[in-house]
Amino acid sequence: MTKPDAFGSTGFDRRTFLAGTALVGAVSLLGLRPARADTPKAGGSLKIGMSGGATADSLDPRTYTDWVPTNIGYQLMNGLVEIDANNKATPELLESWEAKPGAIDWIFNVRKGVTFSNGKTLDADDIIYSINLHRGDTTSAAKAVLEDIVDIKKLDANQILVSLKSGNADLPYLLSDYHLMVVPNGFADWAKPIGTAGYVLESFEPGVRAVTRKQGSYWKAGCGHVDGIETLVINDTAARTNALLSGQVDLINRLDARTVDLLAKKPGVQVVRSSAGQHACLVMNTTLAPYSNKHLRLALKYAIDRQKVIDTVLKGYGVIGNDHPIPRTSPYFNGDLPQHTYDPDKAKFHLKEAGVSDPKFQLAVAEAAFTGATDTGVIFQATAAKAGIALDVKREPSDGYWDNVWMKAPFCASYWGGRPTPDQMFSIAYKSDAKWNDTAWKSEAFDKLLIEARAELDEAKRKTMYGEMQRLVSDDGGALIPMFIDYLEAGTARVKGMGPHPMFDFMGQRIGEKVWIEA
Amino acid sequence: MFRLVAGRIGLGLLTLFAVSALLYLGTQMLPGDVASALLGQQATPETLAALREKLGLNEPAWLRFLHWLWGAVQGDLGNSLANGRPIAAELLPRLGNTLFLASYAALLAVPLAVGLGILAAIRADGIVDRVATTSTLIAISVPEFFVAYVLVIIFASELGWLPSLATVYHTMGFLERLYVTTLPAITLTLVVAAHMMRMTRASILAVMSSPYIEMATLKGLRRRRVVVRHALPNAAAPIIAVVALNLAYLVVGVVVIEVVFVYPGIGQLMVDAVSKRDLPTVQACGLMFATTFVTLNTLADVLSILVNPRLRHKR
Repeated sequence: MTKPDAFGSTGFDRRTFLAGTALVGAVSLLGLRPARADTPKAGGSLKIGMSGGATADSLDPRTYTDWVPTNIGYQLMNGLVEIDANNKATPELLESWEAKPGAIDWIFNVRKGVTFSNGKTLDADDIIYSINLHRGDTTSAAKAVLEDIVDIKKLDANQILVSLKSGNADLPYLLSDYHLMVVPNGFADWAKPIGTAGYVLESFEPGVRAVTRKQGSYWKAGCGHVDGIETLVINDTAARTNALLSGQVDLINRLDARTVDLLAKKPGVQVVRSSAGQHACLVMNTTLAPYSNKHLRLALKYAIDRQKVIDTVLKGYGVIGNDHPIPRTSPYFNGDLPQHTYDPDKAKFHLKEAGVSDPKFQLAVAEAAFTGATDTGVIFQATAAKAGIALDVKREPSDGYWDNVWMKAPFCASYWGGRPTPDQMFSIAYKSDAKWNDTAWKSEAFDKLLIEARAELDEAKRKTMYGEMQRLVSDDGGALIPMFIDYLEAGTARVKGMGPHPMFDFMGQRIGEKVWIEA
Repeated sequence: MFRLVAGRIGLGLLTLFAVSALLYLGTQMLPGDVASALLGQQATPETLAALREKLGLNEPAWLRFLHWLWGAVQGDLGNSLANGRPIAAELLPRLGNTLFLASYAALLAVPLAVGLGILAAIRADGIVDRVATTSTLIAISVPEFFVAYVLVIIFASELGWLPSLATVYHTMGFLERLYVTTLPAITLTLVVAAHMMRMTRASILAVMSSPYIEMATLKGLRRRRVVVRHALPNAAAPIIAVVALNLAYLVVGVVVIEVVFVYPGIGQLMVDAVSKRDLPTVQACGLMFATTFVTLNTLADVLSILVNPRLRHKR
């Protein structure tokens, strides 16, 4: 069961990122081989072993909730905008764009000279059709992302006009959502998607494997090296690791942090670590007593030993969190905020302020929330005890966790995947009326700032505003965010060109077209 | 005798009916109905009501059960909730895969286990007996995923003889299929052989203390002949029963093995379906498992009656 991790987003402007891209240098490469600038070689076949697939999977981009269909989707189809390794929105099928003053109306130029695998030439109608699959009367997982789009007009064969409800300087980021894959106008045969990417579908058995084959030349420069890609669904971590070690697959995702050091030591194995926005949360419902009390929330925030959790649960493959969802890799990260650390005395002080004499709480956890959630709960229990807090860790079944526990239990474990912009993250889960506001936190000051920042074009002001929002969430919000969790993936030495990505693992799920094979 | 056999088959069908009713009842008792599971969070009361009407959820449960059962008998298992495809089309290839692996394992395990059991009985307390008894005891005492991982480490990671992944697909040739499923088949063999071997040995030895065996021995027959000709036929019924039980296990109990070796069998399908709350698929898988179990057990009963004349008459 995967949490629908794809909802809302509201983007970000590419120029704002130029300043902050250096921060993404926090991503690093472990293992034997540093990413060298070798010359890519064509040929060979790539075998990917992935977790995140099920029998129920379909290649219809509206249904993607996990990585296997998304990865296969990107082998066949292109997106509108791509987030690159520096967290920047770069053109994919939308070649260039320009916002009219106020950022309400946007002009997008469609890339010329691109053909679909069925021979049709890409034009504005295909783009409009593909975006509209996720608008209006649809069950698409990306519907919320595009809710601010009022209208899409065709200006000419290669140009469209997108109009928004209100100004948003981040529209290109919005359009980088991985559900927004482009198919020909009117296309509906999702058993065999037609796209503009480097590969065509040969066979697809949901939850088992997919085979794609290279077709002709690929319009995207420096991409699409291998002749064929086989994607195998391997949901069991041990089986995935064994498959890599025995050379049955070239790449695997979602490594077990507890064994990654051993794996990195193996000759012929390279491990890639991406520090991204993915983070663990312990969410308190701020409308329910006792969690409605700000001091009590602070007491709990001071009662957890974050570093111990990172060292134990993540084996160090994580970064300490400060109870707000903006990662250090973001140019808007507020580094001036005092870090919440483990401090039983402060916890006791805030308990007293809250007027709680008999501090007993129940934290619901399940491995579905994030791997190691149960252990996190147990460590929390031990460290909180020193502050006189009795924490009862209630283990819930992973199956049905998102339906039955998340957003229902007053205090429970959860996680969020990274978003390219603070606006997007805050709009999904922290704005008072956000659909997935899992702490039910409401703050007028925060909402006002969020709307203002969205339309603010002065970079320095914007940074101050997002910094202030982080402070509000960190001090007052209901989310206890102990850590950001690194993505860990591995490949055999014959795979070249692997690298970290600030958004998702497997190079933003486009790894198939990016790597090459050195025999 | 015909009546007796027909009675057993009738009893088997009755059991299957009861199991299917329990299965249906069990999945109905889960919170939320199919309509709300389908529509998810965006459900409005109107769309819920419309969908309930469309799916026939307004009918009483027993009527829906009969509809479902009637469909299942005709091979219509309904549509999957997760992707809308007919369940039967999804389930049959998976069932075929599982049966393939089960047959492969059975062809290895049954002759091996029964043969070893007989050998151990002939040379009770001899070296063969001791080695066989101890090693099967070890195999049965550790969890099956452990057996699987040990085999993977030895044969796939270290020696590189066999693949650790048993992913099969429909275009795969028979020999390649055999090759990739060898490790799971060996694992299953180790897991079920112990039970069958020990039962074979025990039932033969139990018969060995009866007066007619003593008579045969007194006549001067060799032990090997006494065991094979005189004891084995009378010990056959429990052996057949335990073999059937283990064959059923090869089909219904392989979920863990399928996960470890990434084998696209029916167990994996059921695991997927459970995690997606795809109840019709869960029911269909459950029904397949129950059918396999009941069929094999009925078959074992009938076979026992056929090989042992004493079972044909009530005492």
